[in-house]
Amino acid sequence: MVKILVDNKHIEAEDGANLLQTCLDNDIYIPNLCYLNDGQIPFAGCRLCYVQINGKPVASCTQKVAEGLEVQTDTPEVRSLQKAAFRLLLSVHDIKCKECPANKRCELQRIGKFLKVGLKVKGLEVRLKDPGLDSGHPYLLIDQNRCVLCGKCVRVCQKKHGHSYLTFAKRGFETVISAYRQPEESPLNFSECTACIDICPVRALLLKDV
Amino acid sequence: MSQGKIKTIDEKFGAIFAEAQRRKNEREAKPVPKIHIGLATCGIAAGAMETKASFEESLAQRGIDAQIHPVGCIGHCYAEPWVIIENTEMGFPPIFYPKVTAGKAKMLTKLYLEEGDPRLEHILGAMEENEMIPTVWEFSRFSEEKRIVMNLCGKIDPDDIYEYIAEEGYVSWAKALKGTPEELLNLVKDSGLRGRGGAGFPTGTKWEIAAKHDSSKKIVICNADEGDPGAYMDRTILESNPHQVLEGLALSAYAIGADTAFIYVRSEYPLAVKTIQKAISQAEEAGLIGKDILGSGFDLEIKIFQGSGAFVCGEETALILSMEGFRGMPYPRPPYPAETGLQGVPTVINNVKTLALVPPIVKNGVSWFRQIGTENSPGTAIFSVVGNVTHPGLVEIPMGISLRSLIFKICGGIPDKKKFKAAQIGGPSGGCLPEEFLDIPIDFDSLIEAGAMIGSGGMVVLDEDTCMVDVSRYFLDFTQKESCGKCTFCRIGTWHLLSILQRLTIGEGKEGDLEKLEQLSRDIKEGSLCGLGKTAPNPVLTSLKYFREEYEAHIKEGRCPAASCRPLTAFYIDLDKCARGCDACVGCCPVDAVFTTSNRKKGIDQDLCIKCGECKVHCPPDYNAIFKISPPHLAPVIERPKEEKETS
Repeated sequence: MVKILVDNKHIEAEDGANLLQTCLDNDIYIPNLCYLNDGQIPFAGCRLCYVQINGKPVASCTQKVAEGLEVQTDTPEVRSLQKAAFRLLLSVHDIKCKECPANKRCELQRIGKFLKVGLKVKGLEVRLKDPGLDSGHPYLLIDQNRCVLCGKCVRVCQKKHGHSYLTFAKRGFETVISAYRQPEESPLNFSECTACIDICPVRALLLKDV
Repeated sequence: MSQGKIKTIDEKFGAIFAEAQRRKNEREAKPVPKIHIGLATCGIAAGAMETKASFEESLAQRGIDAQIHPVGCIGHCYAEPWVIIENTEMGFPPIFYPKVTAGKAKMLTKLYLEEGDPRLEHILGAMEENEMIPTVWEFSRFSEEKRIVMNLCGKIDPDDIYEYIAEEGYVSWAKALKGTPEELLNLVKDSGLRGRGGAGFPTGTKWEIAAKHDSSKKIVICNADEGDPGAYMDRTILESNPHQVLEGLALSAYAIGADTAFIYVRSEYPLAVKTIQKAISQAEEAGLIGKDILGSGFDLEIKIFQGSGAFVCGEETALILSMEGFRGMPYPRPPYPAETGLQGVPTVINNVKTLALVPPIVKNGVSWFRQIGTENSPGTAIFSVVGNVTHPGLVEIPMGISLRSLIFKICGGIPDKKKFKAAQIGGPSGGCLPEEFLDIPIDFDSLIEAGAMIGSGGMVVLDEDTCMVDVSRYFLDFTQKESCGKCTFCRIGTWHLLSILQRLTIGEGKEGDLEKLEQLSRDIKEGSLCGLGKTAPNPVLTSLKYFREEYEAHIKEGRCPAASCRPLTAFYIDLDKCARGCDACVGCCPVDAVFTTSNRKKGIDQDLCIKCGECKVHCPPDYNAIFKISPPHLAPVIERPKEEKETS
């Protein structure tokens, strides 16, 4: 065990443990969307979990705990980066909270509240995908305008089945999560496994009524 | 290494080397003219295959015995397709002919090879000192270069390993095998060699991390996933002298103790893939790679992996994932690939140019290498100098020479008496440097300090007619499309940058856009996961810094100072210069926007004009009556005469 200091709070943790997980375990919330406590190399895609170490912002999911580490979670630099990333995510998010199944248990709402950033983003063009709903899969609906591309669904499926039935598709701004479209090649039985749906932080994956 | 083994290596390599020399002498002793033709991808695109066929045909027709020697590319793009004709029998030095079309090939066969007239009006120069023809070395495009990596490019047949060996190829490999891996590692460390892939990380340090690892399995990879727009040196090297890269790759494997090597090359480079494939099998056949190489006991297998054309896969972590069969998305480091890379094995990934520099270093030693270039950036750099420059192409220069020498002295400056505006260095990750930076030395650190980077070595020279906002838009369009989509800043942030830049170029810029560009750029730079995202805003940041007034003109006046952004420009005809009865502009306008005025001069209907500029090109130089202006409302209005009566 080693001792670290997070915002003047002394914490004991295992040497080499993940910093983000350590903070979360000790009731220090750091905004995050893509982090999975699975022992793998972190995804590090959402760019929300910034903290400050030695004066520099660092994504806490990529940082290992070491003796004497001093961490600040609430500095102007950290907040500025977190808000910037959050606003970018909102600029492509279809904000209809009242109609959304994730309402009140949505990670975006939680982060917005924490960062004190309204969900209606100002100063950035809002661009939604059209069509936003991918209904090509026999059982699964993917709302691309809700999805934050955290990739948790892809990784949880990979872990459970040894191969992921979901994948990232396309590039750049067009990147989406896609389920392979051929129904016969998709042996997913959603009565047995709904891991991808359950893990989605914004309810972008839904079961079809079939 | 035991004395016995050293002796075996000497004997085995000695035999190969002697065979190579024998073949070379035999080739050179043949008393026939030799025609060297550059047949790399760029040469082929310029028509070198037709040139070759034309030579073959006319030689056969005239019954002339000559040797056609297919070689790679010498990097002189402006001269493609080129040939060098050695006609010593008639008493001439080897002569370089640029732009040899099929017709010219026929002509040279008849007039030079048959009748003995080298047609001096068609030459660039002689390749050797002589008393009758000026040499190409009087031309700074040749004389100012320092070729280490590209020394043999365009001189040898890339498909024949013996031609490389005859030029002391694989000598370094045999030399290194006689010593220990530690000796080789220390040599590379002492040489101060820095990675030529972009970041300039010390190669020896990278190798050392992997060398020290106690894993029984290690891998080396040659990164030939060249993806920057306008950079093509890696392809050229692989197509023109693949063995120097293989030799470097083998040396890196020996230094770290790897038994497997890969060449990660884009499948969009089919000729490069074919050339390396052939090179690998020839090297295997010769016993220079494979099992128990030259009796040293060292094994090395080299394989090719073809990438599928994702720019981001040049980033080493994405490259590894793509080789493992996953989508090429970068992951955070540490762990560094040199510790845990492909399949979890310590993996050293080096760029083509870095590897190709290793054999000359091993052969000539550390002090030789260190005297080239600067103290912190020893050696040479290869740039693909393109854009508004007289002699574009690949240029290998010692580090430390100035941008001015590279652009003006070596590459001949800006054509058509236009003014230099900026050099975009380092591709989409680099920056635009204006005139006041022309005298900075080219090395890793100075360029980064100025806001650009050597990066892949792409250099686009821009003249006064280039709009810097549009250049930024072009590069952002590229990085945005090539973002892997993993991290928020790169995926969405670059799209917002692009979207603002697009608005600016069509005259829809708004107050506050520039501040927004700056803020977004800073966030993306700071917040992105990998090098692609972190460097993506560089073209915007540098052009905003050095050409801010151009951005402001787009927003505040709807004016493009370079008169390049189409929606912000208009073409008009100066009636004082226009000649009565000349219909050049009318004939070439694709949308019938040019009309005849009542006194038989011409006017442009601005509502119909699509601003293609064809009329300006076709207006006879005696009149030069067509002008381009920005903003468009400044174009003088010429009334179209009332609808002409239908004539039957």
